[in-house]
Amino acid sequence: MGNVPTSVKHCLSYEQLIQDYPWLGSRLQEEKEMVPTRVKIQLINMLSETGLPVIEATSFVSLKWVPQMADHTEVLQAIHRSSHARYPVLTPNMHGFQDAVAAGATEVAVFGSASETFSQKNIYCSIDASMLRFEEVICTAKQQQIPVRGYVSCALGCPYEGPIEPTKVAEVVKRLYELGCYEVSLGDTIGVGTPGSMAKMLHYVMEEVPSSALAVHCHDTYGQALANILTALQMGICAVDSSVAGLGGCPYAQGSSGNVSTEDVLYMLHGMGIKTGVDLSKVIEAGDFICKALNRKTNSKVAQARSKSS
Amino acid sequence: SGEVRVNVVEWGSGFLMSVQDGASAGKTLPERVKIVEVGPRDGLQNEKTVVPSEVKIHLIDMLSEAGLSVIEATSFVSPKWVPQMADQVEVMMGIHRRPGVSYPVLTPNLKGFLAAVNAGAAEVAIFGAASELFSKKNINCSVDESLQRFEVVTKAAKEAGVPVRGYVSCVLGCPYEGKVSPDKVAQVAKRLYSMGCYEISLGDTIGVGTPGGMTEMLQAVSREVPVNALAVHCHDTYGQALANILIALQMGISVVDSSVAGLGGCPYAQGASGNVATEDVVYMLHGLGIQTGVDLPKLMDAGAFICRSLNKKTSSKVAQATCKL
Repeated sequence: MGNVPTSVKHCLSYEQLIQDYPWLGSRLQEEKEMVPTRVKIQLINMLSETGLPVIEATSFVSLKWVPQMADHTEVLQAIHRSSHARYPVLTPNMHGFQDAVAAGATEVAVFGSASETFSQKNIYCSIDASMLRFEEVICTAKQQQIPVRGYVSCALGCPYEGPIEPTKVAEVVKRLYELGCYEVSLGDTIGVGTPGSMAKMLHYVMEEVPSSALAVHCHDTYGQALANILTALQMGICAVDSSVAGLGGCPYAQGSSGNVSTEDVLYMLHGMGIKTGVDLSKVIEAGDFICKALNRKTNSKVAQARSKSS
Repeated sequence: SGEVRVNVVEWGSGFLMSVQDGASAGKTLPERVKIVEVGPRDGLQNEKTVVPSEVKIHLIDMLSEAGLSVIEATSFVSPKWVPQMADQVEVMMGIHRRPGVSYPVLTPNLKGFLAAVNAGAAEVAIFGAASELFSKKNINCSVDESLQRFEVVTKAAKEAGVPVRGYVSCVLGCPYEGKVSPDKVAQVAKRLYSMGCYEISLGDTIGVGTPGGMTEMLQAVSREVPVNALAVHCHDTYGQALANILIALQMGISVVDSSVAGLGGCPYAQGASGNVATEDVVYMLHGLGIQTGVDLPKLMDAGAFICRSLNKKTSSKVAQATCKL
């Protein structure tokens, strides 16, 4: 039965947490060295073997901006796609969307922001203008029966604006959902959130969008990620983004950690008796592989502990 | 101070209720949390580098200035076993004791207790274990035998008017036995409480616990010991500490042990992390609107100081993030 009280199982339908979606974020984007294409492909293939239901494979942004993702077509075409997993790719605009579809993408993602300044600095346009861009992508995707996932960054704070009003986050989430995103992932981009701000933000967002269409994407820059994820779970969220080995530092705090590690998230979920369908030891193996290839230490505490204990 | 939430069946809706209140702390979370800073003792004891007495004293003084109300200062165990704590008397005599702040010291037996009181200690701590194997391997006797030893200490402490804090280690798992029964933890906690410990700190010694196990264990223990006499001492070896602390708070716990800069690795997983960092705990608590009395920037100064002295990087993510932005 695990450690979850029976009555909580009933009302939260924990069996549905099978749809827990640890993601490989396009975190390789933030790794400084250019990762060879074959390494990316092997990583994704290893992750496919773990039981992860969704693995974000690459990004169809302009090569000028993100040289790390220049091999997007090659990666998408070479990976061995597991029948029980999906491989969304980032598509910021129509151009990227068309390239993605031509390369065989069957799911795409668009990235909005809850902060005007962040939107301007990151994608050089206002939130409103970005929504128009996304609308185009989403409409076309709908016609081609390609599901679209939305992301909202700065959901708990912005590196430029500081705290962000939960009502603003709710507004942006609602727009993406109404445009046609099947799910919207709420990103604590600089990891400043705590269970307090997470609960408050979710409270407002869930007044506009059902919890079944929401996910959380927590960064561990201030060590708060697992506590924030726990809070989200308690409020009914059952989709969680994470990154194997905690790949991807924080571009706004040089040298700090960024994404929460998939291994650490899984350890917590399994410890609570929540089903994910993912094999933790295989994720650890994939993490070991990519860390060796990048010649760096893992950010996952679970992986560190497992490799160090006798 | 709100009702004790021992029954977690409604935890989901209870938490939601606290959000609808508007205030981040709400009904189910304590308004105030006491932090027990264990860096100078538990932290340094598990660091390889032996630190000069002046550095220890300065660290404790900086922590007092940061607003912490309980700072575990040193340990009166035999210097043979723990060379890091050989300067126990010097440290006790050298620290500047801030009014209203408590400086407990570890005392494993009567000899240690007497030496501690002689050196000016006004509060002591004793360490039990919820695992038989761990007790044997760590202090060479069974759990029962150790409790008998402690009874001698608590009796003497009562007579001397010295408060005693009890610790139970391996509450969520043991490096030798693996799973530990919550009932066993409850039994040991109850014995320590009955013999006069004013507070029992429940230690996840190897950091294997998750919110699931924490809930179960706290349910069992709070049936035997009132929740306001309980504290949690979480290790972050598997990254679970803050999530475990959050669950404990939701269950009515309002005392949390932590270590500045996350000092003190895990002796059972070489190189892995151990204690949870006080800075990260305080960040979470303040974010929840919970008062701690701690000045986070001053606390980070203390962390930066001890890390420089140890020539090592901080294990606190808050500290890492703050100095890099």
